Amino acid sequence: MRLSPHLFAFASPARFYALASRVTPGLWIVSIVLALIALYVGFFVAPTDATQGDAYRIVFIHVPAAWMSMVLYLAMAAWAAIGWGLNARLASMFARAIAPTGAMFTFLALWTGALWGRPTWGTWWVWDARLTSELILLFLYLGYLALVESIDDVRRADRAGALLAVVGSVNVPIIYFSVKWWNTLHQGASITMSAAPTMAQTMLVAMGLMTLAFWAYAFAVVFKRTQAIVAERERHARWLSASPA
Amino acid sequence: MTSATTVFGAILARDLRLAARRRVEVLLPVAFFVVSASLFPLGIGPEPQTLRQIAPGLVWVCALLATLMSVPTLYATDLDDGSLDQSLLAAGSALPVACAKALAHWLLTGLPLTIAAPLLGLLFDVEPRSVLALAASLLLGTPVLSLLGNLGAALTLGVRSGGVLLILLVVPLCVPALIFGSGAVVALDSGLSARGHFSLLAALLILTTLLAPPATAAALRIATD
Amino acid sequence: MSGATQWANAADFFAMGGYGFYVWGAYAVTAACMLIDPLLAARRHRRARAAIDEDDA
Repeated sequence: MRLSPHLFAFASPARFYALASRVTPGLWIVSIVLALIALYVGFFVAPTDATQGDAYRIVFIHVPAAWMSMVLYLAMAAWAAIGWGLNARLASMFARAIAPTGAMFTFLALWTGALWGRPTWGTWWVWDARLTSELILLFLYLGYLALVESIDDVRRADRAGALLAVVGSVNVPIIYFSVKWWNTLHQGASITMSAAPTMAQTMLVAMGLMTLAFWAYAFAVVFKRTQAIVAERERHARWLSASPA
Repeated sequence: MTSATTVFGAILARDLRLAARRRVEVLLPVAFFVVSASLFPLGIGPEPQTLRQIAPGLVWVCALLATLMSVPTLYATDLDDGSLDQSLLAAGSALPVACAKALAHWLLTGLPLTIAAPLLGLLFDVEPRSVLALAASLLLGTPVLSLLGNLGAALTLGVRSGGVLLILLVVPLCVPALIFGSGAVVALDSGLSARGHFSLLAALLILTTLLAPPATAAALRIATD
Repeated sequence: MSGATQWANAADFFAMGGYGFYVWGAYAVTAACMLIDPLLAARRHRRARAAIDEDDA
């Protein structure tokens, strides 16, 4: 399989560094604009829900945060695996840069979920399949971060993290299935966060736009953090001293 | 290069022999198992109905923690005296080492825990049928825990505070085993069939046996290269 | 857009039908995190560059 040369053109930290500087401001603009539109639609166009009142409007950040948390984990595992398998330094750095933002979105999914659950179902926390899996995903992120930060040798840390992330990815569907099984078997767990209000089209539009906004945001932050990691690791590179950014 | 089975047998025999010499160390996980489980009634209250209800999950969690806590000791001395590097060199591949370590760990920790579990069943006044189910679930589940624990140990080889880090890394991966294992006993207690749970546990064991050793072998390579 | 939500006044908007605490609690923490995250990344980058400039000096 002949891989496009363009794919690997940016495999050089120097090329990526320059690209990131150029692209990041645009990403921020896209993110903010989309977020503002999403908020407008979410608060001034989408109607009040019949059963949940205005509390449901949390869903416009809860669902995008949950999606981002899962997508970023898979992206992190994929880039880490590429960095390990192809010995591509930049891919490993990219994976490391994704982790903190992914963990943040996982925390936000849990936080917004709790604030949504309290007025709607009466408790701050409910052990349903989705929230419990999200909690375990947070543990997986924290485990990854703890592991890579504990190993002093940078390349060993990258590879060990890659293996852990891949193992985690394989486990996530198994864990989700087992938690769902556990949830349906135990009495009293009749509450489920998936019983969201039947979504009017405007609600879906707001959610979709916010997801795109979060996506652009994630790119912007991860690119910046990757630049930081490149600067840390390639410290003595001449191109870095010469670079303005 | 020495054959894989020879290395496998040699490492297994060595670990078992070392354990026989340090019998106290081997009994420590079992002691932790019993002691930690006994703490719960002290914290929760002696009401028999409550204890009977929480016993399956409680015993399983304590078994999980006892298993994960004892994994690092299996690798610690090997790393220090260089015998791990020797084994990897002799075998050519890290797979026999990973398999031998996992089996040794289960024989030295998982199996004793499974045998000790009925004692805890007694402490929690669990019905005989449920005690049997608990022991059976641990028999199937502790190998999974050993396999996953070994993967964690290989990843954290030589790392500061590796023991606690290992537990943090491996616990999420052990959740399915915990759910199916403990759930089997809870199902039986509620009068339902535990066949589904045991089938899933068995499937999990097969899957883990196939996938964990290669991953552990890769982790050993990463740690020692 | 027809069927658009009309808030009678700013006070109603902030009250969110009585759920203001929850809605704004969720949005506020989200906004805070999504501000701190990039700031920390930027700070890490600044520090790395400062170390390089120090090397060159």
